[in-house]
Amino acid sequence: MRHLLSTQDLSREAAIALLDVAEDMSDVGEREVKKIPALRGKTVVNLFFEDSTRTRISFEAAAKRLSADVINFSAKGSSVSKGESLKDTAQTLAAIGADAVVIRHGSSGAPRVLADSGWIDAGIVNAGDGTHEHPTQALLDAFTIRRRLHGAASRGRDLDGVTITIVGDILHSRVARSNAWLLTTLGAQVHVVAPATLLPLGIESWPVSVGYDLDAAVASGPDVVMMLRIQSERMHAAFFPTAREYSRQWGFDDERLARLPAASLVMHPGPMNRGLEISAGAADSPQSTVLEQVSNGVSIRMAVLYLLLSGERLTSGSPQAGEVTR
Amino acid sequence: MTARIVLHQADITRALTRISHEILESNRGSNDLVLLGIPTRGVALANRIGAILGSIDGVDASTITVGALDVTMYRDDLSRNPTRAPSPTAIPAGGIDGKTVVLVDDVLYSGRTIRAALDAINDLGRPRAVRLATLVDRGHRELPIRADFVGKNLPTSTSERINVRIQEIDGIDEVTIEGSTPA
Repeated sequence: MRHLLSTQDLSREAAIALLDVAEDMSDVGEREVKKIPALRGKTVVNLFFEDSTRTRISFEAAAKRLSADVINFSAKGSSVSKGESLKDTAQTLAAIGADAVVIRHGSSGAPRVLADSGWIDAGIVNAGDGTHEHPTQALLDAFTIRRRLHGAASRGRDLDGVTITIVGDILHSRVARSNAWLLTTLGAQVHVVAPATLLPLGIESWPVSVGYDLDAAVASGPDVVMMLRIQSERMHAAFFPTAREYSRQWGFDDERLARLPAASLVMHPGPMNRGLEISAGAADSPQSTVLEQVSNGVSIRMAVLYLLLSGERLTSGSPQAGEVTR
Repeated sequence: MTARIVLHQADITRALTRISHEILESNRGSNDLVLLGIPTRGVALANRIGAILGSIDGVDASTITVGALDVTMYRDDLSRNPTRAPSPTAIPAGGIDGKTVVLVDDVLYSGRTIRAALDAINDLGRPRAVRLATLVDRGHRELPIRADFVGKNLPTSTSERINVRIQEIDGIDEVTIEGSTPA
């Protein structure tokens, strides 16, 4: 794997293999010494142009568990606020000798620009670009679902036949986009529920079915309900009349939780607006996977960084794959 | 390129049986013994040695613990080869602290895999002792490492290739040697 920019680039086999590597990485987190030397001497730069708590900390923890050196960069307090361009920032990082760049940017497609530009030779990981994609979040969601369904026997399994309902702000959600592609690739059936104003143009081209009524979706008994955050920082138009009305129609409250089958999962990528899109009762119920998603995020990001950074870069005259030196 | 069979099924079984007895002898019984196979074929061999140990008179089969130890993340050639997918590590419930760990692998060659395994063990706990059992020792060590229990010493040239096939994985038990030099 050269870069991880979009879940659309992942084949079914590649996605399952990545989830399997993450299984091995999660074992590392349970050991006495939570560190392996796989990426010793590599430098990972966290390049964050947008605010983030869990994604940045998660990538930092993942890189450190693999013994890589981490440089954190946030646009606030950097030369970006003096007007430095993405190109100059990238070339600076290349000069420092970054082996991988984890980028979060407010503009959709910024990671792709970085990967295709030739400004920097490092592996690029998309950690959320505008309203486009957030592939590691989708991977950790798939990992969490697979673990809850199959437990210790998860290795090598796909998500065939699993029904997943994604609810909320589909229009602005990069989590929804990445999940729609990845979960479908893995064999799941994805249904999205949202107010019509929060559905993007061209949703017909997504591999999902669309509904507007959360109660009908809950009544159909999905295996997973994934709530999305109402992104107040992107709410620049009147998408719904009031927060209270949204909460009543599309919020996942205690009463809807009671109507969901007992084995179904309630997921949320965080950070949660408790009382708006998800009630405290639902967020803290045993069916909720919110905290598992966070700890699984570290395992997934370890797997991504490992697959990106171990192995020879742009192989030339290297031994055949699979040949083992004993 | 012709492959010559150097160990047949019966030879492999005899070698594993002898290794099992030697392990019992050096450990004075099966107490506090942990067998760790190195994926993939080492795991199958460790399970076989575990089963043989359990069938030997006077050995309590419940004291024998077998696990798997993946060393991929500890290899020194990670950035020289194409990306390698790790295999699962399974450490027995009792851990390895204070135990005698016997590493089991199919072929001992450069010794680099074993060096990686020693590093991996270091991160998992502090065993009382670490021993090494290998089905085939083909020489050409690049590190000061030797095996305590060897199924067969096979002097080879580096241009030759040793193939270990195990029933559980390859459907047949045999060790073959192939390479440029005529048989």
